[in-house]
Amino acid sequence: MNRSKTLGWTLPIISVFAMLCIWEFVVREFSVPDYIMPAPSGVAAYLWGAIADNSLPSAIWVTVKRLMQGYAIGLAVGIPVGMLCARFSLFRDTIGTLALGLQALPSVCWAPLAIIWFGLSETAMLFVVVMGTVWSLILATQHGVNSIPPIYMRAARTMGSTGLHMWIHVIAPAAFPSILGGMKQGWAFAWRSLMAAEIYVTVLTGFGLGQLLHYGRELMDMNQVIGVMSVVILVGLVVDKAIFSPIENRLRTRWGIAGN
Amino acid sequence: MGIREELENVTAKLVVKNVSKTFSSSRGKVEALRDVSLRVGEGEFVCLVGPSGCGKSTLLNLVAGLDKPDSGEIKVDDIPVKGPGRDRMVMFQEHALFPWLDVFHNVLFGLKLKPNLTNPERREVAKFYLHLVGLDKFANADIHELSGGMRQRVALARSLAPNPRILLMDETFGALDALTREQLYGEIQQIWQKRKKTILFVTHNIREAVCLGDRVVLFSPHPGRIIETFDIDLPRPRDINDPALTEHSGKITAMLKNQTEGSAEE
Ligand SMILES: Nc1ncnc2c1ncn2[C@@H]1O[C@H](COP(=O)(O)OP(=O)(O)OP(=O)(O)O)[C@@H](O)[C@H]1O
Ligand SMILES: [Mg+2]
Repeated sequence: MNRSKTLGWTLPIISVFAMLCIWEFVVREFSVPDYIMPAPSGVAAYLWGAIADNSLPSAIWVTVKRLMQGYAIGLAVGIPVGMLCARFSLFRDTIGTLALGLQALPSVCWAPLAIIWFGLSETAMLFVVVMGTVWSLILATQHGVNSIPPIYMRAARTMGSTGLHMWIHVIAPAAFPSILGGMKQGWAFAWRSLMAAEIYVTVLTGFGLGQLLHYGRELMDMNQVIGVMSVVILVGLVVDKAIFSPIENRLRTRWGIAGN
Repeated sequence: MGIREELENVTAKLVVKNVSKTFSSSRGKVEALRDVSLRVGEGEFVCLVGPSGCGKSTLLNLVAGLDKPDSGEIKVDDIPVKGPGRDRMVMFQEHALFPWLDVFHNVLFGLKLKPNLTNPERREVAKFYLHLVGLDKFANADIHELSGGMRQRVALARSLAPNPRILLMDETFGALDALTREQLYGEIQQIWQKRKKTILFVTHNIREAVCLGDRVVLFSPHPGRIIETFDIDLPRPRDINDPALTEHSGKITAMLKNQTEGSAEE
């Protein structure tokens, strides 16, 4: 267990490091021009400078803040609405059906609409993130609630659980594995669509990672483009490993769900 | 209310009077129960046996208040059953434990819904019942880590914890291997004698019914009704392998065979 855990970390690190070395070597050896493919050392220099002048940390903060706000709204709306859809056919036939359709829409497609409705504003950004999150969550919650074995509810009823208590202490936890799936998917959609929106839209209230990427391209500064791309990857990985993985592992040990 | 009162032995008598229940589905109507009457005395252990589909689970659900009869009435200590209540706890065939809670919190679930207890008292009561079923060491285990027999013991502890007057058990041991089952026969008799519950126990297994019941009630299907009641006056605790059981179970099996052959000719 211990052994595989340390191996599990060392191997990716070694392989990433090796790739960086090969990349650096190829760029130098064949004198690849900077505007096609910069060397890792150039990217590192950009990153170092961008951290030093605070442009990168502040961009990360702006992006993460937008994401968190939109994601929180998406959760706060998606989960209850999903539960309503599972419980009442009125909601299922209206919002549920709408969700089914809209979830099929790549969330990037919300960006033009957001700009028309809200202009070049933070609200437009927020809107795109919420739209990326909320439909997945509604569907996942609805599906999760509908697939709970009825025996849990019956057992809870005999012990005196009704109404709101049943929703909070039985239905929500029983549906949680499915809801978590929706949260992961919603997160992925929100992250992608926010990047697209930031590249599209310059909002004067804040420079996000997407905007930094956009200016890298305008300036033809490949070091910046690759540097920001790697930060985007890193943020995605950190969220997955630091937030979703622990929850999933906890769930897996508690429920005894096998496999990966 | 203090913990001593909480752990007191309580029991009740159960009266089922002229109860009928018909289910209608897309494939037509099924008369699950027709005019069923049954009296179970305080602290009595009554087993319901009969072929599949004769309405045993239906009757249990009606007593539990999870379903309503079409006609007739069910009374617990002269109070009509209107819905589920803590005075009647159910142990289902599948264990129905909550996989998102550990063993201890499964047992605690019903207690948390019980008013007039402080939280430390609730925890104490839960511990008491975990000890009763011999699972103190597994309080923090997750449900999936337990064997089938242990799960049924947790389910038993969970059903006993709110201190019901009546315990309803639906083929509780059906999915277990013979050895585990034999062990649980001993335990359930012990607990029943210690806690003086009224128990209604559904099973397919006639020998099991004879081993556990003060009375065995035989059902027949289509429509589900009671055809005979047998008094089992053997001393306790009874062992499932005791030859004395055979005389009773033979009689019941013969009657059941008669019945199914009769209905096959219909
Ligand atoms: N919810 C329901 N809807 C429709 N029909 C039902 C429903 N519940 C039970 N029935 C029917 O009622 C009859 C009695 O069912 P019940 O589950 O009480 O039988 P049982 O005696 O418990 O059988 P088994 O020993 O197989 O568990 C069956 O024919 C069954 O198909
Ligand atoms: Mg049944």
